Amino acid sequence: MNSLFSQEVPLSWYLLLSAVLFSLGVIGFLIKRNLITVFMSIELMLNAVNLSFVTFAHEWHAVKGQIFVFFVMMVAAAEAAVGLAIIIAVFRARATLAVDRIDLMKL
Amino acid sequence: MHLILFIVFAGFCLAGAINLLLQSHPINSALSLIVVMVSLAVLYLLLGAEFLAAAQVIVYAGAIMVLFTFVVMLLNASREERTLGSRVARAVGFPAVVVILGVIATVILKAQGLGVATLGEGLTNVKNGTNIEELSRVLFTELLLPFEVTSVLILIAILGAVALASRGSGERTGTK
Repeated sequence: MNSLFSQEVPLSWYLLLSAVLFSLGVIGFLIKRNLITVFMSIELMLNAVNLSFVTFAHEWHAVKGQIFVFFVMMVAAAEAAVGLAIIIAVFRARATLAVDRIDLMKL
Repeated sequence: MHLILFIVFAGFCLAGAINLLLQSHPINSALSLIVVMVSLAVLYLLLGAEFLAAAQVIVYAGAIMVLFTFVVMLLNASREERTLGSRVARAVGFPAVVVILGVIATVILKAQGLGVATLGEGLTNVKNGTNIEELSRVLFTELLLPFEVTSVLILIAILGAVALASRGSGERTGTK
């Protein structure tokens, strides 16, 4: 029990968790049929990449990795604001959120 | 202690992400995404990124997800329906995702020289310095220009959001 408490975590586990979260985000992006949940899957992918940035920053004691995560957060905030405004505009025009019905630009 | 915390919160992360996929109602997906983000904040703390843990909770779980839930409730989003498109995406997408995950996982597991995460070990090799001191020193000296550019980016995003959201209602009231 004592060894369980003092054990350290290999950094590759964090990277694997980040890869799995990213894949779950990709799957969500593919199978979800609601515009808002598709957008949430993109946020999930951004978070997964942030986790691997923080992990590598810990590995190499590099402060710039953490600052990059800070910038990613800012860009994500801007993206969320504009994206949700676009979703509201689409909903006003088409009165639906299903991605299959928003096919005006489809070939 | 570190191992237990990692296992618990990585489990929360994965459970939240899987629940996001399984729920058919957007508000349930949004709430499970909040669980993912808060558990990621704890993992950032374990990796010695205190500032980012706080920013994750405030910016992501606080601001962005509030925006999401607000839009879900404003648009009265209902359950999504499964269509032909989702079946095609499932047939093609799942093998592709499995291949991508397999490639990334083998690269990570074969990588040499990855260390272990130790609690309390910071970024700084500097004496008498904390992580936040080092982070703010680099952010406000070396990277001051990108930092200021992001403020302009946020301003443009605000203007774009207002323009996008207000134009539609203006046309609608104009036709009435």
